[in-house]
Amino acid sequence: MREHLPALQVVLPLFGALIAALVRGPVAAWLVTAIVSVASLVISVVLLRQVIGGEVISYHLGGWDPSIGIEYRVDIVSALILVLVSAVAAVVAPFARLSVAAEIPEDKVAWFYTMYLISLAGLLGIAITGDAFNAFVFLEVSSLSSYALIAMGTNRRALVAAYQYLIVGTIGAGFYVIGVGLIYMMTGTLNLTLMAERIADIELSRPILAALAFIVVGISLKLALFPLHVWLPNAYAYAPSVATVFLAATATKVAIYLFARYVFSVFGRSFVFADLPLTETLLTFSIAAIFGAGTVAVFQSNLKRMFAYSSVAQVGYITLGISLATLSGVTGALVHVLNHALIKGAIFMALGSAVFRIGKCSFEDIAGIGRKMPLTSAALVLAGLSLIGLPGTAGFISKWYLVVASLELGWWWLAALIVMSTLITLAYVARVVEAAYFREPSKALADVTEAPAEMLIPTWILAGATVYFGIDTQLTAGLAERAALVLMGGIQ
Amino acid sequence: MITLIMLIPAATAVLLPLFAGRPNVREGTTLLGAVLLFATVLQLMPLVLAGETPELPVWTVIPGLTIAFSVEPLGMLFAAIASGLWILNSIYSIGYMRAEQAHRQTLFYVCFALALAATMGIALAGNLFTLFLFYELLTFTTWPLVTHRATREARDAGRLYLLMLFGASTMLLLPAIAWTGLAAGTLDFTPGGILAGNVGGIGLGILLALYVFGTAKAAVMPVHFWLPAAMVAPTPVSALLHAVAVVKAGVFTILKVIVYIFGAETLAASDRANWLVVVAGITVIAASLIALRQDNLKRRLAYSTISQLSYVILGAALFTPLAILGAALHIAAHAVSKITLFFAAGSVHVGAHVDDISRMDGIGRRMPFTMGAFTIGSLSMIGVPPTAGFLGKWFILIAALQVKEWFVVAVIVVSTLLNAGYFLPIVYRAFARAPAKGEGRIAESPWPMVASLVITAAVTVFLFVWPGAPFQLAEMLAGNAAIDASGSSVVEFPLEGGFR
Repeated sequence: MREHLPALQVVLPLFGALIAALVRGPVAAWLVTAIVSVASLVISVVLLRQVIGGEVISYHLGGWDPSIGIEYRVDIVSALILVLVSAVAAVVAPFARLSVAAEIPEDKVAWFYTMYLISLAGLLGIAITGDAFNAFVFLEVSSLSSYALIAMGTNRRALVAAYQYLIVGTIGAGFYVIGVGLIYMMTGTLNLTLMAERIADIELSRPILAALAFIVVGISLKLALFPLHVWLPNAYAYAPSVATVFLAATATKVAIYLFARYVFSVFGRSFVFADLPLTETLLTFSIAAIFGAGTVAVFQSNLKRMFAYSSVAQVGYITLGISLATLSGVTGALVHVLNHALIKGAIFMALGSAVFRIGKCSFEDIAGIGRKMPLTSAALVLAGLSLIGLPGTAGFISKWYLVVASLELGWWWLAALIVMSTLITLAYVARVVEAAYFREPSKALADVTEAPAEMLIPTWILAGATVYFGIDTQLTAGLAERAALVLMGGIQ
Repeated sequence: MITLIMLIPAATAVLLPLFAGRPNVREGTTLLGAVLLFATVLQLMPLVLAGETPELPVWTVIPGLTIAFSVEPLGMLFAAIASGLWILNSIYSIGYMRAEQAHRQTLFYVCFALALAATMGIALAGNLFTLFLFYELLTFTTWPLVTHRATREARDAGRLYLLMLFGASTMLLLPAIAWTGLAAGTLDFTPGGILAGNVGGIGLGILLALYVFGTAKAAVMPVHFWLPAAMVAPTPVSALLHAVAVVKAGVFTILKVIVYIFGAETLAASDRANWLVVVAGITVIAASLIALRQDNLKRRLAYSTISQLSYVILGAALFTPLAILGAALHIAAHAVSKITLFFAAGSVHVGAHVDDISRMDGIGRRMPFTMGAFTIGSLSMIGVPPTAGFLGKWFILIAALQVKEWFVVAVIVVSTLLNAGYFLPIVYRAFARAPAKGEGRIAESPWPMVASLVITAAVTVFLFVWPGAPFQLAEMLAGNAAIDASGSSVVEFPLEGGFR
């Protein structure tokens, strides 16, 4: 049993999706989702404990040798992402029941959970597989299911958003598979470890350069790197609340993982960052994301949309850390992957609770919400402060690593840009606090009450985590640093 | 003991919402919290006076960033002032907030208690990271107090407040701390400093600038705009936070960085740090000139605060032990005097509904206690004996004469004249002019307000007569400032007649 855990990690949610589709009942489907999510978390934690000391689990699917078959490969980097994704799923599960029941027509609830579990399986699959083509399959599995999830949003614009995401996502996946094809042509393997070994000798050949370009752009579409982010704000804004929480916390993070895997492990740091100008390119787009998307966020009137733009900006911090290609930089990037997942999970859950009670979440709708839903609002503010990077919160840890990484390189201007960009985050978070606390409650809020405990507790688990991981960073920064070491050293 | 100091105000903040429906219990809890806090802080006093440095390492966040507390003389002084005045301010608040029939009083008291917890954290911080942590916390816990009126003006003031305080700290102070950490390998406050030999030349000057302007709470020009804007807050907030806790946290940080991070001797030896005297001097004079033209009493007091804060910086910027002694004393003296002035301003607002100086004719006859206390506070601002304000000024002046900084001497002389120029007319107007409509009878504010402002006025005089513990603490700080990077003292302490 224990040696098959890597396979179970993916098979379990896939199988759960099947059951959810078959049982049809809303409550039964939710129960399946909840059980599967928690079980996934258990599996991923067991896996993380096995690889925490630097070991690598190599699982040969169907017993085939990695050179011809599919290998699942768990090291500390992938285990960290697996725990992140399944932990978010496990926290979202109790939250989901009421929110989904309120936003999705009853006959579609089971389909929602089916798609949700397929998406979970896809995301876990990307993180665990050691095979380039298998990663493509999972990329599509997670994407196709998330198009369906988004399309189930209550607003009709959700359909357009899903369609937009579908087109962009398909182009991204297409680019990715072209890149994989080129590498396969040159190396004769689809296994990432073998690819990495064979690429070293031929790295300056034209097909490999083309492959790198295709893969970088393809994955950048999925991780919403500015200016390839246009699909994201609409998708997050119009998707059902639960889908927004889950996708915002996990989907872009897994794409970032895949990106880091390719540039560091497969192509290699010296090739990508020293021989090619990826640092300059990626850094430019990251800074553009931080300032551009951040500024756009300030002027949004819908909170979900605002925090969606904020996500684009925050992804910018992560890619900025990656582009520095130093230990502190990559640690900062990875720790922000974890921290931002928690922060945005908490924020979108709080907004989901607001939507559950009020039905909408524009600034006018939530005016004075601080007095009507004090606990939900407090969680929102707490996560917001963490987003700003207030010391004592998780966001500060990310910011600190990035500032230190810039200063280590002697890039004063970059450190200055990073701290300056915090003011933009401050601007939009302050808007939320002002609306929630410094205004009289609107009439629409007259009989609004606090969110039910089922939604409140998961929100506070994540909001609490954003503070906890600002003080105790062994599980975030500690593991992220080890993971960064592994990444920087290539696949062992 | 240190744990208790942090826990008492925090616990008070947690308990207060439970008594939201019962104002008497709520205010009683605040008072109890304040008294307990002050008592606990005083417990530490003998230890510090005996030369010990109580320490409490708490937690390592990431290697290099540690939450730790250590109580040195300046922190002790600051903690004692802030917690002691919190008691009086709480008594005053009860009268003020009820007379005003202010809304959302529970939120007010909760934020106040949290702000005090943050202030204690700043005072007792053992390293730069801990200080920064509580510094930011103080900004965010006082933001709802600035916007408490919930008017458009209040929200705008709140935005400016947050933008300037948080903006400066995150854009300048945070990089300065990161730079310090990378250069020195530690962030601990160490007598003699940690930067000697690690950062030199022009870098030292830039780093000092990052610290001075990053600490916008000290309101050195041009990062002072937030302070007059923050006057939109209820008067107890202006009194304790924007005359004592918040602004003193600013000058405290700068003083602490100069003594324990750079090392006063290192800065004195560098020729890249002398600009600070000029910046502080200009702030002292310019803020006084602006204060002259303010008709709104609270705004005039705010500009006076900006000017007085820069006295502390001026003293610190001389980088000599004697001047730093003066700077520390001035923190204490200005705290008690300025809170008296604000208490009086709030009392005039509540008792006579007057906010503008031009409408204060004869108010001293109606409110003799209030304006009597105001007079004492004014004299202390000018630096007239027998008030506490004289002490700090005297030592800074002596120190300036000692090192022949004629610029500083001139600044002190001119600003004393200016201070007299904008405080004495208020006193004159209040007592010598006839009231507008012949209102001769005494009509004071509610007793809790009058009681607190009389006590702070008395303390202002008392501190001059018997400076006691504050003087000893300031002297010990000066002793720490006299230690150079190698750990040996360059001046003989204590200063028995050392400045004659």
